This record gives sequence, structure tokens and C-alpha cells, in this order.
Amino acid sequence: MYLKKLALAGAVSLMGTSAFAACSYENTVPLKSLSAGFEAWKAVTDAMAECGNFKAELDQEFRTKQPAAFEANPSLYHIGGVSNGTVTPLLNAGTIRPLDDLVAKYGQNLSPNQLIKVDGKTMAIAMMVNTQHLMYREDIFNDLGLEVPTTWDEVFAAAETIKEAGVVDHAIGATMKSGWNLAQEFVNMYPAFGGAFFNADNSAAVNSEAGMKALETLAKTLPYADPEVLVSDSTYVQQQFQQGKIAMSNLWASRGAAMDDEAESTVVGKVKMAAAPLAMEGGAPATTLWWDGIVIASNITDEEADAAFRLAMEGLDEEMVKANNGAAIWLVKGYEPGPLAAGAIATATASPAAPPYPSTTQMGLMHTALGNELPAFLTGERDAAATLVAIEESYATAAKEAGVLK
Amino acid sequence: MKFKTFFWFVAPSVFMMLLFIAAPLVSVFIQSFQVTQPVMQQIEVETCTPGFLTQTCTTEMKTVPTIDEETGKTITTTSWVGFQSYANVLQMDKVWEAISSGAVGDILQIDFWKALRFTLMFTLLTLPLVIGVGLMIALAVNNAAKAFKGPIIFVSLLPFIITPVIGSLSIYWLFVGDGILTATLERWTGQDIAMFAQAWTIELLMYFYRVWHVAPFAFVIFYAGLQTVNMDTLESAIIDGASRFERLRYVIVPHLMPLIIFIALIHLMDCYRTFEEIVGFRSQAHVISLQWLTYDFMVPDDAGNRAISRASASAMLTMIGIVVLLILPLRRTWRDHKGGAH
Repeated sequence: MYLKKLALAGAVSLMGTSAFAACSYENTVPLKSLSAGFEAWKAVTDAMAECGNFKAELDQEFRTKQPAAFEANPSLYHIGGVSNGTVTPLLNAGTIRPLDDLVAKYGQNLSPNQLIKVDGKTMAIAMMVNTQHLMYREDIFNDLGLEVPTTWDEVFAAAETIKEAGVVDHAIGATMKSGWNLAQEFVNMYPAFGGAFFNADNSAAVNSEAGMKALETLAKTLPYADPEVLVSDSTYVQQQFQQGKIAMSNLWASRGAAMDDEAESTVVGKVKMAAAPLAMEGGAPATTLWWDGIVIASNITDEEADAAFRLAMEGLDEEMVKANNGAAIWLVKGYEPGPLAAGAIATATASPAAPPYPSTTQMGLMHTALGNELPAFLTGERDAAATLVAIEESYATAAKEAGVLK
Repeated sequence: MKFKTFFWFVAPSVFMMLLFIAAPLVSVFIQSFQVTQPVMQQIEVETCTPGFLTQTCTTEMKTVPTIDEETGKTITTTSWVGFQSYANVLQMDKVWEAISSGAVGDILQIDFWKALRFTLMFTLLTLPLVIGVGLMIALAVNNAAKAFKGPIIFVSLLPFIITPVIGSLSIYWLFVGDGILTATLERWTGQDIAMFAQAWTIELLMYFYRVWHVAPFAFVIFYAGLQTVNMDTLESAIIDGASRFERLRYVIVPHLMPLIIFIALIHLMDCYRTFEEIVGFRSQAHVISLQWLTYDFMVPDDAGNRAISRASASAMLTMIGIVVLLILPLRRTWRDHKGGAH
């Protein structure tokens, strides 16, 4: 009996290896990659590793390492995983190469939608889209007879009903950890009220009516959210969802799969996705669109670049997507959008559509200024008008030091 | 000791100190008066980004760094800016404005002053607590039965061994919204407890954590010092009818005074650089420290910008702060040293 089990286990594990080691060719050039560490990257780099001679580094701190590592000559990594936020320093420093000839050689399976073009040259290959959109507990909404909110006003109305019913600890979960996360909430809200971040001369333009409205909306969230919301990041909100402590949140699509993870979640099948709520009637969803994808370093030989791109295409093939369909909202052929993708797709295809997160030097500085100055508003130390002035001043100081503002 | 022997004995450490302390210090000092910027140019760029089905292409004016055609590196310029970076950190204009308008509290909305307020309070409030708690543990251990001494020393040293970041993270996890301790306290008191929702509770936890973490260090030093207390003096004090407190006040504490000064020095230096508590407790929204401010300037944003000049200025200001704090205890040691050297 025991022997039989052992033999069976052996056979299964052998089947496993043969199924996974399905690379169409043998890679002979040693290659390395540096990318973020979330589920989709794991799937892609695992698929690349099947071809051999490949070392993947999955690191959530990749954004601080990447610019310097790619500037080295030869570059420390051949393949980089970036998003539209983090590709900026690489583009600015010219440390990633145009991919058009490689796309012509190996990119038969890419769709035109995946080619990230800057001035007509393909600089990156997108593999997935990500966005913050409305996730809500369908069971709670049904029990209380609530409609799925499509605007933030409706979100607050629903939150009021949920709060009165007292079915969860907090009606709304918010990724408002001071710094990057909190700034991102403002970056979602402000353009949705029709605001522009910058004037033509690169000076800040957030001190506007749209800025006041965006701040008001952020502040309205507070009574329905966890009192410790200024320390809660996406992982914390994800866990609050999984533990049934919140009823809805404007959360990253990449966190969706975790809701149905039976090992962690107590709300499997109960969390549904909808488009990000609008900030005002007739406006765009209050969120930004992101893509994640790969870039190839400039400071490597053409042979290495050739091998790296071929390997990346192997990682981004249909087979990988079929095996990891739920891990992301893939842009790769063969992806079949499931119920978890409904919200993100509704957000991305809304009209007017949510804007992509702007990849500019100024936006990086603005994001930092927002992250540093917004907490004082939410803790009540400073009123909205003074906060907007402080954001502009903080941005101006940083922009002058960085040389983007005279 | 012969000078030559002495020289070769200290040479390695002097070399290391020059290389790893003096040289970076000089470099930071210089950088705090300089600004290095890339040469920016305005160009029209068409960028295409994917939606779910189709791409959106936008053409806009972008400000991007200029790249040298030959070397492939970004062209940068470095200029001397005098005290500009210090002015950017200190924001004295806003400070005067706040004072002249009578709203002195507004000063604390400026990052540097907010950080200074907390750093100073944190350093000065934990100092007597660390010395007091350390001395109390030392006295308790000294009077404990021999059989218990070993285990007690072992247990009381444990907090000091824990890496500060891990220690502060543990406290955070214990007390955060759904942490074990918060959940227990909530069940016990029937109230909703949110330790990380307002500044004063976070600060309280920080004081608690720092004293818990550093008191064992004071304890070890004091315990060693207690072993050298002159027994004859103690006995004669007992014969003279001195109470337990009087013996502590007039015999033991004066004997330990040099050690108290030593611990105060180390503690002031360490505490003024407090950083782990801020990161571990994620308290940036409510409480920041000077060292965290420097770190925040240094961390590159998504676009790769880092404020090196302001970081350097802030680091120099932190160093000046430490020197000012240390002057008092150092002067005392110096006087004692001169007085006692004959």
C-alpha cells in the first residue's frame, strides 16, 4: 500500500515536471531579470525559467534598485519588470532599448495593444493592466437591498446604510497609508473632478476647485473607514476584506484573486467587482489605469538583448496565461476574463475612460508632495485650502531642486 | 607605551574612521551647499498606453533630462547654492510668519519643526525613564537570591538583543487594529481601541517601546557598577542609621554618577537618531523624526527623483542637534576628568 502510494506520488511529480518544463527551445545565454514580486510576475518569470539559464529577482523594492542597476555598464539585469509609474526613470536615462526589430523577429503573438510606444518607438511590452476599482460584498448589498454604487455620492449613501445596519466593522476600506498610497487616492480623485495637475510651465495647479472637491471626498470617507486608515496599505485592506471586516473598497484589481483564496479568505465568492465609482456625473471613473510589462536594458550586447526578448516572449505566451488565468487581467492572447476581471474591464472601457497614470518626472515629485502634505488634512491639523497651498509649495521646492521648474 | 607602538595600534581604527565617518561627513557637508540637476529640455512626445482592448495615444509636451549623445549619460550641472537647501528644510519665513501672526502652533505643520519637536521630546523624556528603570532592575537583581540572578539577568537582557526594526514591528503588530493585544483589550473593556489612529497614543507606544528596548543596556552597566560599591562605606552608613533610600541617594548614586553620565551620552546620541519607531509603527501621518525626514528626502520617487541637497542639509542639522545636546554632559565629564586627573 505504502509502496503503491509512493510510486503514485513519484509518477505525479514526474508528470508535474514534464508539464512545467515546456519551453519550446533551450536558452543558452545567461539572463537575469528584476521585477516586482506579485503573483503575475511570479507566473511570468517561472515560465521564463523553464527555458534554462535564467535567474529572476522578484523584489517589491525594485523601483529603488532598477534605475541604478540599469545604468551600470554592462547592466546588472537584462530584463526589467516595470509599470507606467516606474518606467519613467529608465526612459529618462535612456537605459532601456527600443524593441521594434525584436518585436518583428519574435513578437508574432503580440497584439498591437501590448506595444508601449514612445514617439513611435516600442519601448516596453505590456502584459497586464491594473486599476483600482470598486470591490463590494454582494451578500451584504443584497441583504440590505442596495444597488451597486456608480458614483462616490452613492458610495457614501450605501456606506451610511451599511453603517446603520452594523453588519461589518467598517463600511469602507481605504488604502490611505500616508505617503504613496494616500497620494494615489488623491491622484485617482482629482482628475475625475476635471482637475489638471500642472500648468504649461510645470508649476503645480492643484489649488483649484477640483482640488477642494477631491479633498472633500477623501475626508467624507473617514467616518465610514477604520480609524487607523492612515496606516493601512493595500495588503491591510485586502486582509480586512478577507476577514469580513469591510463591505467595500476602491482596491487594486491585482488584489481580486486573493478574495477567493480559500486558504486565507472567509468571504470566498462573496466579493464582486464593479467599475470604479465616478466622482461627478458624466466624468471619468475616479481611478487611474496602470500597465505592467517588460523592458530590455540598453547596456547589454545585441545577442543578449535578442536572447532576453525571445525568453520574455516565451514567458508571455498563451500557455502561461492559460495556467494562470486568474492571476491578473492579462493583455496576452488566450486570456479569458472571469468574473474577477469584470470591474477592471468596465473601468478601462468606460466613456470617458479613466486616465492612465502619467509617467513624467513632475508626477513623481507631485506624488511625494501629496503623500507628505495630505495626512495633516486628514488628521484635522490643517484645512483644505491650506493643504492645497502646502502641496503646491512643497512641489515647487522639490521641482526647483530637481530642475524641472525655474 | 612608545609612540610607534601606539601609532600602529590605533592606525587601523583611525583609518577606518577617516574612511567611513570623516570622508562621508565632508562629502555630505559639501553636498548640502550644492544642487546637482539634470539639464532639462521640453520635447513633444507621443505616448501610447494600453486600455483593455485598444490603446490611448496622447501627444504632450514633456520635460525630460538631456542625454549626452557620446557617453549615453544624463547631462547634469552642479551649482553652489549657499544656504538655500538649509532654508528649504528650515522654512524660516513660515516660522516668522507663524510667530508674527500669533499662531505659534502652525510652526509644527512644517516638517522639520514637527520632527524636531518629537525628536527632542522623545530623547529627553525617555532619558530619565531609561536611567531610572535600568537602575531599578539593577538594584532588584543585585538584591535577588543567588539562584535567581542568572535567569533574571538573561530575561531582562532579551529586549536589548532584538533588532530595533523587528522590535518595533512586533509592537505594531500587537497593537494594530486587529492585533492580539488590541483584540484582547477590546474584548475585556468592550470598547473599540485604535492605538494608531491619533498621535498621542502612537507616541506613548514609542516611549514605551524605546524604554523597554534600551533599559537593559542601562541595567547591565549599572549592575556592573553596583559590584564596585565600597562595602565599608555602605556598612558605616547603615551604622549611622541611614535608611535604604538615603543609602541609595548619598552612597550608591554618587558612586554610579560617571556611569549615569556615560549612559546619558550614549542614549542622547542614539535617541536623537530615532528612525525604527517611525518606520515600524508607520506613524508618518502623525509623528515623524529628524532621521526619518532625511530618509524621506533620500528615497527616490517613481520617477527617480531624490532630494539629495535637502537630505544633506537635514543630515547636517541633525548632527548639529546632537552636538548641542551633548555639550552639557560632555562639559561635566571634561570637568570631572580635569579635576580627577591631578
